[in-house]
Amino acid sequence: MSDFSGKGPIYGLMAEFESAQELVAAAHKTHEAGYQKIDAYSPFPIEGLAEAIGFHKNGVPLVVLIGGLIGGISAYALQYWVAVITYPVNVGGRPFHSWPSFIIVTFELTILFAGLSSAIGMIVLNGLPMPYHPVFNVPEFAKASENKFFLVVFSSDPKYDATGTRSFLSGLAPRMIAEVPS
Amino acid sequence: MATNTQIPVADRRVPVIAPGHTFSTITEKISNIVLSRPVSLGWIFGFLIVFSMMNVLMMALGYLFIKGTGIWGINIPVGWGFAIVNFVWWIGIGHAGTLISAILCLLRQTWRNSINRFAEAMTLFAVACAGIFPLAHTGRPWLAYWLFPYPNTMNYWPNFRSPLVWDVFAVSTYFTISLVFWFVGLIPDLATLRDRTENVWVQRIYGLLAMGWRGSARHWHRYETAYLLLAGLATPLVLSVHTVVSFDFAVGIVPGWHTTIFPPYFVAGAIYSGFAMVLCLAIPIRSIYGLKDFITERHLENAAKVMLATGLIVAYGYGMEAFMGWYSGSQFDSFLLWNRLHGPYRLSYMALLGCNILIPQVLWLKKFRVSTGWLWLISFVVLVGMWLERFIIVVVSLSRDFLTSSFGQYYPTKWDWMTFAGTIGMFLTAMWLFVRILPMISIFELRTLLPESHVHEGAEVEQ
Repeated sequence: MSDFSGKGPIYGLMAEFESAQELVAAAHKTHEAGYQKIDAYSPFPIEGLAEAIGFHKNGVPLVVLIGGLIGGISAYALQYWVAVITYPVNVGGRPFHSWPSFIIVTFELTILFAGLSSAIGMIVLNGLPMPYHPVFNVPEFAKASENKFFLVVFSSDPKYDATGTRSFLSGLAPRMIAEVPS
Repeated sequence: MATNTQIPVADRRVPVIAPGHTFSTITEKISNIVLSRPVSLGWIFGFLIVFSMMNVLMMALGYLFIKGTGIWGINIPVGWGFAIVNFVWWIGIGHAGTLISAILCLLRQTWRNSINRFAEAMTLFAVACAGIFPLAHTGRPWLAYWLFPYPNTMNYWPNFRSPLVWDVFAVSTYFTISLVFWFVGLIPDLATLRDRTENVWVQRIYGLLAMGWRGSARHWHRYETAYLLLAGLATPLVLSVHTVVSFDFAVGIVPGWHTTIFPPYFVAGAIYSGFAMVLCLAIPIRSIYGLKDFITERHLENAAKVMLATGLIVAYGYGMEAFMGWYSGSQFDSFLLWNRLHGPYRLSYMALLGCNILIPQVLWLKKFRVSTGWLWLISFVVLVGMWLERFIIVVVSLSRDFLTSSFGQYYPTKWDWMTFAGTIGMFLTAMWLFVRILPMISIFELRTLLPESHVHEGAEVEQ
């Protein structure tokens, strides 16, 4: 890897915190101070952290709803088309459109499509798979999947300035501050 | 705003997680089983045994593909035999995993966090074992894709009024959703393994699977929504799967099958055997891998209580079957009851009542719920009992249905037994590999059980 020490462009400033409590407090303050493009990283989901960085709604439920509807409607339509239009078979004198028999496959495919949409929707909306990301350039960040908590202010934030943001972050009493090379 | 929002210490019960743990110790303890624990002789020895058993399955299936289902003991009148008995048994075992991860998640039962991962793995392996049987039972498994609706040159489509077609959809959906649920749950832990390993290849493999998970708050937010929705979707699914399996029987008119009690009674039985299998696996694993801090007495006791409750529902099912044998006034139904009690399979029926109803009643006593030896034994007995239940349902009903002239007996052959033992080998082989390759307890969900993972309202004002 090339030498990142202060040369290339900077992705942002990273502050490390000891506890979930400190991270949420710091995220609140940073957001209140007017920083918009920030993100927080933690080894487990923390209640209220997403709200603290100003992220309230996500698109996953809508994706799941659409997926489930597509699954259910297409399953019923397929069965109707097969059993009534293209391949009608008289089974014990039942009507061709014997809808109670079609409920189960409709139900299963609704669940299947909705479930797959929720997993794929979550992954895609999160921008994953993304094996390389600038935050991984900070060696301490390896602990983000174990026991440490991080806050990053991106350099793309309009309010970002190398010295001002750094002094703002040190006011939040982090354990360390590091530049994130991009 | 409340100033004292400390998490209340859970009364006198054994905690879900032993005291004194931190985020690091949890991470270390679970990930080290995968990353740094040396492979022991015991593991290798055990693996050789279960892997040999799996090869018995390969032989049995290989010979089956050459000769056809005639090598099995099935014939008219008993055309279903071991294949369907084992299919239903394995599918039932596969119910505990998704029940634990989905239903207990929605009910906010935090004790599920330490057992859901390996219960889900167990589900996948059990459903994989189950899938082999109907596939092999079709007689020409290489044409099994005919069960799926797809445009073909034969101009043929499946009959959607058939429970057997419903089953294809139910079981394949269940397997897919269980796999997705399991994988989604694994992503953050795979990232932990990626960050902790020192071996570059191991890091690449886990890194590839973790897809670059970095624990961003936005990601966690979507992740939790997706996980909750998956749990909500999997909950009706898990109840539907054994319901649909029971339709395979209940839609038929054979005495002992054609009853409306089958769906709930099958689902309860499935959960019963699933929890028995969870206990059968959890008890040895927690002591071999030193996980008693995470899978505590509380977990074993709760699982035992679930077993007791579902066992009573199953007992109600048996009682209702017997009652209807008398109350319905149908000569075929009363003959079925007589045949179970006095016919050629009476010993199996007595053993079934003993294993599923009588013996598990000792779980009312706390002594048996917290003694690992007893609990293991009772769980094993329940597994045997639930296998017998499916045997009774399939074989006794088919062997003597309506016409005396078409009565017959069913004798499983060595190939039947080899296939059954082989799937147990396949299941255990997969478990054997799983405990060494993936974190068998969800690391990130255990972290959330520690009090310091909770953020207290108003605390930020103090700073």
